[in-house]
Amino acid sequence: MQKSSIRGQRLVALFLIGFLLFNYPLLFLFNSGGTVFGIPLLYAYIFGAWGGLIALMALVVEKGR
Amino acid sequence: MLQGWVVIVCSFAYLGVLFAIAYYGDKRADAGRSIIANPYIYSLSLAVYCTTWTFYGSVGRAASTGIGFLPIYLGPTLMAALWWFVMLRIIRISKVNRITSIADFIASRYGKSQLLGGLVTVIAVIGIIPYISLQLKAVSNSFVILLQYPQVASPSALGEVPILSDSAFYIAMLLAAFTILFGTRHLDATERHEGMVAAIAFESVVKLVAFLAVGAFVTFGMYNGFGDIFSRAAGIPKLDALLTLGGQAGTYGTWAALTFVSMLSIMFLPRQFQIAVVENVNENHLAKAIWLFPLYLLAINIFVLPIAFGGLMHFPEGTVDADTFVLTLPMAERQPALALLVFIGGLSAATGMVIVETIALSTMVCNDLVMPALLRMRSLRLNERPDLSGLLLGIRRWAIAIILLLGYFYFRLAGEAYALVSIGLISFAAVAQFAPAIIGGIFWKNATRSGAFAGLTAGFLVWAYTLLLPSFSRSGWLPMSFIEEGLFGIALLKPLQLFGLEGMDQIAHCLFWSMLANIGCYVWGSLMSRPSVMETSQASAFVDVFKRTVEGGSTLWRGSASVDDLFSLVSRFLGPSKAARAFGDFAQRHGARSFRDLPANAALVHFAETQLAGAIGSASARVMVSSAVKEEPLGLEEVMNILDEASQVIAYSHKLEQKSRELEEATTELRTANERLKELDRMKDDFISTVTHELRTPLTSIRAFSEILLEDPKTDLAQRKKFLGIIVKETERLTRLINQVLDLAKLESGKAEWHSTELSLREVVEDAVAATSQLFKDKGVAVETALPSEVPLVVADRDRLMQVIINLLSNAVKFCPSREGRVRIRLSKERGDLRVDVEDNGPGIDPEHHEAIFDKFRQVGDMLTDKPQGTGLGLPISRQIVGHFGGRMWVESARGKGATFSFTLPLPIPAVGGSA
Repeated sequence: MQKSSIRGQRLVALFLIGFLLFNYPLLFLFNSGGTVFGIPLLYAYIFGAWGGLIALMALVVEKGR
Repeated sequence: MLQGWVVIVCSFAYLGVLFAIAYYGDKRADAGRSIIANPYIYSLSLAVYCTTWTFYGSVGRAASTGIGFLPIYLGPTLMAALWWFVMLRIIRISKVNRITSIADFIASRYGKSQLLGGLVTVIAVIGIIPYISLQLKAVSNSFVILLQYPQVASPSALGEVPILSDSAFYIAMLLAAFTILFGTRHLDATERHEGMVAAIAFESVVKLVAFLAVGAFVTFGMYNGFGDIFSRAAGIPKLDALLTLGGQAGTYGTWAALTFVSMLSIMFLPRQFQIAVVENVNENHLAKAIWLFPLYLLAINIFVLPIAFGGLMHFPEGTVDADTFVLTLPMAERQPALALLVFIGGLSAATGMVIVETIALSTMVCNDLVMPALLRMRSLRLNERPDLSGLLLGIRRWAIAIILLLGYFYFRLAGEAYALVSIGLISFAAVAQFAPAIIGGIFWKNATRSGAFAGLTAGFLVWAYTLLLPSFSRSGWLPMSFIEEGLFGIALLKPLQLFGLEGMDQIAHCLFWSMLANIGCYVWGSLMSRPSVMETSQASAFVDVFKRTVEGGSTLWRGSASVDDLFSLVSRFLGPSKAARAFGDFAQRHGARSFRDLPANAALVHFAETQLAGAIGSASARVMVSSAVKEEPLGLEEVMNILDEASQVIAYSHKLEQKSRELEEATTELRTANERLKELDRMKDDFISTVTHELRTPLTSIRAFSEILLEDPKTDLAQRKKFLGIIVKETERLTRLINQVLDLAKLESGKAEWHSTELSLREVVEDAVAATSQLFKDKGVAVETALPSEVPLVVADRDRLMQVIINLLSNAVKFCPSREGRVRIRLSKERGDLRVDVEDNGPGIDPEHHEAIFDKFRQVGDMLTDKPQGTGLGLPISRQIVGHFGGRMWVESARGKGATFSFTLPLPIPAVGGSA
């Protein structure tokens, strides 16, 4: 139960990080022209942050096993 | 090449495959070897979230708002991170209480209220109908478009068709028949459909593969990768605007509202609840789904933007509906096989959604709407029918057909006025209304039925007014003036700018007002009303689900019942054979041979009620059970007492557990302490016996020589002198030994006196060499010193240090060969330490004895032939002294190569007397 509660708390922390990444102030920073490897900056940012978040979630979930 | 019959045959073949998978899944489940009992199938089946909305609609949305389609998938990703707290709780509650739908969940939480269950069912059915119509629209459009191959035309251009020649109508009826075959073949008390889940997981794979195939074709076949598409799009001003948020792509407010509504939808859409909660085989599968499901969403969205831009650039503006780009792009490129694959993918997305959604809704309609009503009608005499399971199945089948028909009519009515995503969002906003009642219900004990009822009603009405009715208006069913001028021409009541609120899009506007009304009424109503007995006990069972045991609900019942009554009641709804099996299992668990031997106590009544709850919902089950047994009502106070007692018992047992853990720890500590004591005791015994032994050696020789002198008075003078010399030497040795034993005892017990001062180690070494010079001379051993002129001061006890160095020097002398012996003493500074080395050219010490010589009374050498040359305490004492000043002592040596004894003393941190 101890371990599972820590896991839950880590996941909540990830939720808060994701919430910040995908909302107004941070989103605004990347909402401009320009490209990364030919991909528009905003698209690259959102998909990159999304993939990163999923990787972290996987890490938190699988680490505790 | 793509004639109608090819498409139809392929579609039926595909549905046949699905059916085969479902059949196989059910067979395996019956045999007890489930194929869905793993986290991967669970995660894939959760992807029933991705419907034709995702498959066709996302591209359409992206074509008009750029990345604005994405919050619908970011929301669920964020929510998945919270599943560990929220979903796990809901799953546990549902399993304990045999909850089979969202309506059942809410009804059960708020005192098994039939009224609330019915209300939730109505909201769910009305709310979901637009969503079902979306699937019909997508499938029928894609079918019509595919039939035109290779010509690309939009279905709206083909004109209005009567119902009987409308493909959407046949698709709706076909899906209804398929779902009925799929989901209502038999009645299960847990409402689990293993075969269906297996088929849904398969469909998730198909739609993903199809979408990735068309995405890769557009991105890499028609264009040269992502960069190429985006750079070409950037060259067209109208498309360039889609590359960023804001303006045409919608505001941050819309973005946040869509994220929020999709977060709630992933939890509370009836089909998500069905798959995630009801069909969940094992709670632990949720862990992997937390990241696998978002990963699926990421994968299916990667190619949405390229396809959208590809379509916008490929077709002249306005000729082709962006919602159909996924299909029309391969068609325009003359790829019939790919187009057919896309059609099958879309069909997968639609059938998956329709099957699960209508099964979930039909369970709700049957358990929470129709059955309670039928049971109330005494004229039907349902109570007297022996087997009602056929009736239950019939109701569900009709419910499925009617729901699909309603979806079809909504499609005929409003389908053409909206894009796919906009239709779906209407449903999302509707199910969001369940959130306060459910989330509040599992965390907040004081929430009451009145509050939930008020909140749900208010939220639903506001939703209908601000989203549903305007959609009727747009399609001409209500006058347009309703939107433009407001109800009865009152401007404040304009449904899209309620009370003058402007600057938000429809969804955000509806969400704001409906959530305000919903949460407001829910909280206020809960705080203003008093819960009934049943509500209090259910609230406690839901909120404290992780603290209770499985059959905890049974303590809150008092009355009398008969086993036969209960059995016949359950067998009426489940069928006699299933009921007999369930009761048999229960009897076995309680150690009885047959259920007829069981006492008709609270546990059995509770068991019967949960069995019934699976089939007809918790509210109806409550009513049925209370009609079959004689119950004595419990007062609110009694219930509170029982609950209090239960929580006290829980707290007490927690405390007990903690105490016993502490006790265990203390025992372990005691045991190690005891071991240590025993060890010390043994060491003390060893020490005493060694000391006694060591004392006896000199004593024996003293006594022997004294006796000789005493008994033989004629001994000559020279002889006598020699003997007396030995006696004196042995006595000295004895004194030294006793002094050292006392010294060691003092050091070890910490009672030794220390007179620490600042001193120069160089001087101490010089003094020690001077003090032992006679020893060196006597044995003819050369002594060399290598002392630097400037040495930092150290803080130590001068006499003690002297003792250490003299001990080392005298040891060195002892083991040096006479005449050729050579002892070198060296003082050096080494990082933060002063180091003293005493090197001799004696016989050396085997490495295996390097540590042993620092033990008490250990002298290395052949005990039989060599006379012991010291007390065996010098080195242990020296080590103790050096250790006291924070230094360490060791030896480096090899047999025949001499030995070097070294010790270090730390310098004070701010180097006193140093070069500074």
